Amino acid sequence: MDRKLVVSPSPHVHSGLSTSQLMFNVVLALMPAFAVSLYYFGVGALFVTLLSVLSCVAFEYLIQRFILKVRPTITDGSAIVTGLLLAFNVPSNLYWYIIVVGSLFAIGVAKLSFGGLGSNPFNPALAARVFMLISFPVQMTSWPLPIESRLKLIDAATGPTPLAILKEGLKKGDTITQIADQIPSHMQLFMGVMGGSLGEISAIALLLGFAWLLYKKVITWHIPITIFTTIFVFTGILWLINPEKNADPIFHLLTGGVMLGAIFMATDYVTSPMHPKGMIIFGIGIGLLTVIIRVFGAYPEGVSFAILIMNAFVPLLNRYVKPKRFGEEVKRNG
Amino acid sequence: MLKTFSKGGVHPPENKFSADKPIEVLPLPKKVSIPISQHIGAPASIIVAKGDKVKVGQLIAKSSGFVSANIHSSVSGTVESITPVLDSSGYKRPAITIAVEGDEWEPTIDRSPNLKREISIDAQEIVKKIAEAGIVGLGGATFPSHVKLSVPDGKKAEVLIINGVECEPYLTSDHRLMLEKGHELMVGIQILMKALGVTKAMIGIENNKPDAIKYLTDISEEYQGVTVHALKVKYPQGGEKQLIKALINREVPSGALPIEVGAVVHNVGTAFAAYEAVQKNKPLIERVVTVTGKNLPKPSNFLVRIGTPVDELIEAAGGLPEDTAKVVNGGPMMGKAVSDISIPVTKGTSGIIVFPAKESKRKTEGLCIRCAKCVSACPMGLEPYLLIRMSQRMMFEEMEHEHVLDCMECGSCSFECPANLPLLDYIRLGKTEVNKIVRSRKN
Repeated sequence: MDRKLVVSPSPHVHSGLSTSQLMFNVVLALMPAFAVSLYYFGVGALFVTLLSVLSCVAFEYLIQRFILKVRPTITDGSAIVTGLLLAFNVPSNLYWYIIVVGSLFAIGVAKLSFGGLGSNPFNPALAARVFMLISFPVQMTSWPLPIESRLKLIDAATGPTPLAILKEGLKKGDTITQIADQIPSHMQLFMGVMGGSLGEISAIALLLGFAWLLYKKVITWHIPITIFTTIFVFTGILWLINPEKNADPIFHLLTGGVMLGAIFMATDYVTSPMHPKGMIIFGIGIGLLTVIIRVFGAYPEGVSFAILIMNAFVPLLNRYVKPKRFGEEVKRNG
Repeated sequence: MLKTFSKGGVHPPENKFSADKPIEVLPLPKKVSIPISQHIGAPASIIVAKGDKVKVGQLIAKSSGFVSANIHSSVSGTVESITPVLDSSGYKRPAITIAVEGDEWEPTIDRSPNLKREISIDAQEIVKKIAEAGIVGLGGATFPSHVKLSVPDGKKAEVLIINGVECEPYLTSDHRLMLEKGHELMVGIQILMKALGVTKAMIGIENNKPDAIKYLTDISEEYQGVTVHALKVKYPQGGEKQLIKALINREVPSGALPIEVGAVVHNVGTAFAAYEAVQKNKPLIERVVTVTGKNLPKPSNFLVRIGTPVDELIEAAGGLPEDTAKVVNGGPMMGKAVSDISIPVTKGTSGIIVFPAKESKRKTEGLCIRCAKCVSACPMGLEPYLLIRMSQRMMFEEMEHEHVLDCMECGSCSFECPANLPLLDYIRLGKTEVNKIVRSRKN
């Protein structure tokens, strides 16, 4: 036979799954939260998100094309995800140049300087958020009020986040009962009627995204669920000890970046452990650090820092927390 | 909840086009080439010469050691040449080429279709008979069957496990055999049970073959100690260690054989061959082969004489489609791509799959995004992402510590990788190098 046949090693079939498909599913999973942010924050949310995504993709292309001189990898979709997450982590009235600088930091410093996708030790969007928080502390913590600021881009009416109200109140020496009427109800927190970063406010929208990611097998339950459980248990203990000085565990789960962080940032493939056992330790670490920073630290919010700190432990976890091998534990009880 | 193994595994699209095609007897080829190395272990030594007349079932190459197997002529005719021919390995290997003349069988072979249930010989004689018949594992690994039946001193077989899983997508030869030769299979199982001295045999079948499960369950009532078990569909459940885990929940330790946990695993095809050898005096000279592919006109299951050129099978299945770019000997997950379709069918050929051009080439490699899908796919609990990095950096000592030798090359990691990384290619390379290190340590 004169036909030339392809000879390649097995397997000869592939699942068809691609990196860009995974990223696309993350983008889809973020859409409910995006819709809520459009509803509450209007044009500001749209502007910030578009600018963030566009600048992340543009920086990735420009840096790869002209500085690194490699084939740009913007089609894998990871820069889009970073752009979305970066936008979701900032107030909706943020100045445009801060967003551009943040995107440059996320892509240029946190991602490409370490070797690009797959090699960055820290989540690019989170690293950029912390960088922006330190560089532009005032702009990064003036939160537009939901609904009222829908049509305003910059000078929207601002107010503190529930966590900030709590922190300030406790600092003044008030008790939870005294602060209670300034804080939205649990139902409002669940739906997302509160001040905060544009994508982190609505727990229900983010949980919808979580369900999608689980259904599509993009992520596993290990990291988010251990973070939730740890925060719930830890804050629950504090609350039981002194309910006048410590907020209840549900409040802690529904406020700040817990949902967004646990579902979308801590589960970032590149910067989270490779094995379920490692993931659980990672999740517990994030939960504990979040509560410690929130309750005992200077910042009202702690998820970003907690994730970044635990990101640094990922190589150790990968190295020393191994999956159980087949045949490692010999069972002879049929 | 259906039983399955607990760690890893994937679910490739099944594509079992030939599942409802009854086994057809392929017409006799004009010529067969019978390689003398169709099994794991030492090649058999040739005992015929050019010009000799041979009959169907005549011994033509003798087992040359404990782990080796006899080879018989699958046709009658004249030995035309004894020269190396290309086989599925991609290398030319010694083979006996016979020009077919008529179809004259050894008179000792019982060719009647009658079912013969009574097993008249004892365990030792059974093992001897199976060795004489040249039976090897027909699942694809081709390990000489009599070796598996010879339980080492100090070990005891408790249960015989019969592999009817057929977890490889596309393949249906075992499925058809179970449906069409159920009673023979059951007697074969009784023979293997007797050889091992066990009273219990379990047949594991994946739940995508409900007809086979039902049929064998029904007839198993007539045979003492044989039970049929439906298993969840999950690749690579046909792996010995995975099947044992699924059926009796025991884990074969790293580097050990199934007998360590009291189990012996044989494929359904092997059990059928044992029936034919012991009850009908018929050596292993033919086997069921699935010939299939998305664009193949007539996906089929053929009963084929060993040594038949693969192109005759493809011709009988409607001919090679125009867009074919790859032909695989075996399943799509573990089979070997062949460079030439004139190669002969051997004892290990469970299927021939033709792939169209657009499914033949690999996609471009991307970057590892550390998604851990390879880790969760690995049925042995290994870390493919780490092994590929070590292999690329030639860190073979480290690979040994990471248990690379436990890898059974099922391909689940490469199948799942969204970045299309050639994980298994590099792991294989690593295994070869680690094996060299292990051997040099022994010397």
